[in-house]
Amino acid sequence: MYVAVKGGERAIENAHAWLAEERRGDVNVPELSVAQIREQMALAVNRVMAEGSLFDPDLAALAIKQARGDLIEAIFLIRAYRTTLPRFGTSEPIATDTMACDRRISATFKDVPGGQVLGPTFDYTHRLLDFKLAADGDVADAPQRETDQADVPHVTDFLNREGLIEEAPHDDTVPRDLTREPLEMPADRPLRLQALARADEGFTLSLAYSTQRGYARNHAFVGELRIGTVDVEMDIPELGFAIDIGEITITECESVNQFTGSKTEPPQFTRGYGLVFGQTERKAISMALVDRAMRWEELGEDNVGAPVQDTEFVLYHSDNIQATGFLEHIKLPHYVDFQSELELVRKLRREAGAADMQEAAE
Amino acid sequence: MKDHIDTNADRKAWMGLLAKAPEGQVAALLDANFTRPDHTWLRPPEIGSVMVRGRAGGTGAPFNLGEMTVTRCALRLPCGTVGHGYIQGRRKADAEVAALVDAMMQTPQADMVRTHVLTPLADARDAARATRAAKAAATKVDFFTMVRGDD
Repeated sequence: MYVAVKGGERAIENAHAWLAEERRGDVNVPELSVAQIREQMALAVNRVMAEGSLFDPDLAALAIKQARGDLIEAIFLIRAYRTTLPRFGTSEPIATDTMACDRRISATFKDVPGGQVLGPTFDYTHRLLDFKLAADGDVADAPQRETDQADVPHVTDFLNREGLIEEAPHDDTVPRDLTREPLEMPADRPLRLQALARADEGFTLSLAYSTQRGYARNHAFVGELRIGTVDVEMDIPELGFAIDIGEITITECESVNQFTGSKTEPPQFTRGYGLVFGQTERKAISMALVDRAMRWEELGEDNVGAPVQDTEFVLYHSDNIQATGFLEHIKLPHYVDFQSELELVRKLRREAGAADMQEAAE
Repeated sequence: MKDHIDTNADRKAWMGLLAKAPEGQVAALLDANFTRPDHTWLRPPEIGSVMVRGRAGGTGAPFNLGEMTVTRCALRLPCGTVGHGYIQGRRKADAEVAALVDAMMQTPQADMVRTHVLTPLADARDAARATRAAKAAATKVDFFTMVRGDD
């Protein structure tokens, strides 16, 4: 129950003033610029863009600064800003096979055309704190090597000559859009992928981990993981043709799962798909595993009751802004609700007490 | 793909180049070599979003990946030529310059604009891409197999 209550304005104003001061921290320490966050906290910026579902590194960096580094708060700010924007249109589906790859690896095939390109990765670092970063220092230029810069084909494209890997046939069905209509079940794969692309990284990671460990067992390999830039093309009605309207950094993961066949499908390798804004490979791999697990029905697999197979459960709990909104609202005043519950408990105790006295008397 | 892609290929290429140019770069090149022509707005610069789509499995059914910010505008030069700007991000000044260049490329000034604006822009883009690709190539793994006896 909600009742208008007066008071608290000054306390709120003062709280916000103190928040601003605390956000700035010690004024003897130089203030962070948005550009510094964008350039040096790039993976935080990428996560905010991915889960905020808006590709704009400057805005994401600003949101991180405003949110004092609380990424879910920053994502909230981006989602709120997004709703104020008029939508000019929808892009052509991006062509990830034309990606200019910074990184491209396959855990399944050593000698893939295009090679295993590690890119700027944390992999193979020793995870020891580097105290040199605590001091100012110049960074050496990264080594370079000659390259032909040809498009790098998807691993599954040229490894499917035997037909052992499930295909993803071309389709032009207009996908549902959960930013324009309520998320309703049943959710087809395009809708699930939209929800997963903006889902909380931690939640997606945990679900993916659960299926790796045996809850609706998905023994997945990373068939391919690639990070890089792709052009975004959109049809411009006033021109009558499509142009590139920008270039975005994305991470794409194709997982490959052994599949012994079902009532409807022959034994083959099946695929899960992850596609996420920015350099966000933990999220992209997680998304691919969860996508694959949620395809159990389409592939004729058994529902063993694992959380990751429960599409409704996954999709309704994967959005960290919906989750935090509902969770955190319980700290806001519920004085009247609580008052009524207090009355109820008192009444029940009075009745219980009266019954006890009655029993004792008998 | 559009049917008239070929006849418009040139314009499509320069509009794409302008859309992806780093902040302020087109303005710097234009102002260093030309006096900006007068123009009237058909659509003043406005900021909005575009929903970016991907395909399941890279090639399958389309899905909505998320949005990106875009700034667009349209203007007319005194000679009647119309220019459009559609660029990435929230950059009204850059959208205006993009539309001016688009319009000027349809006038007799086109060759000069190409020489002094588009070509340097494309060269800078190619150089940046080549550097990044060369850094990636330097992280390519060269596998070698230990010799396991005679063939």
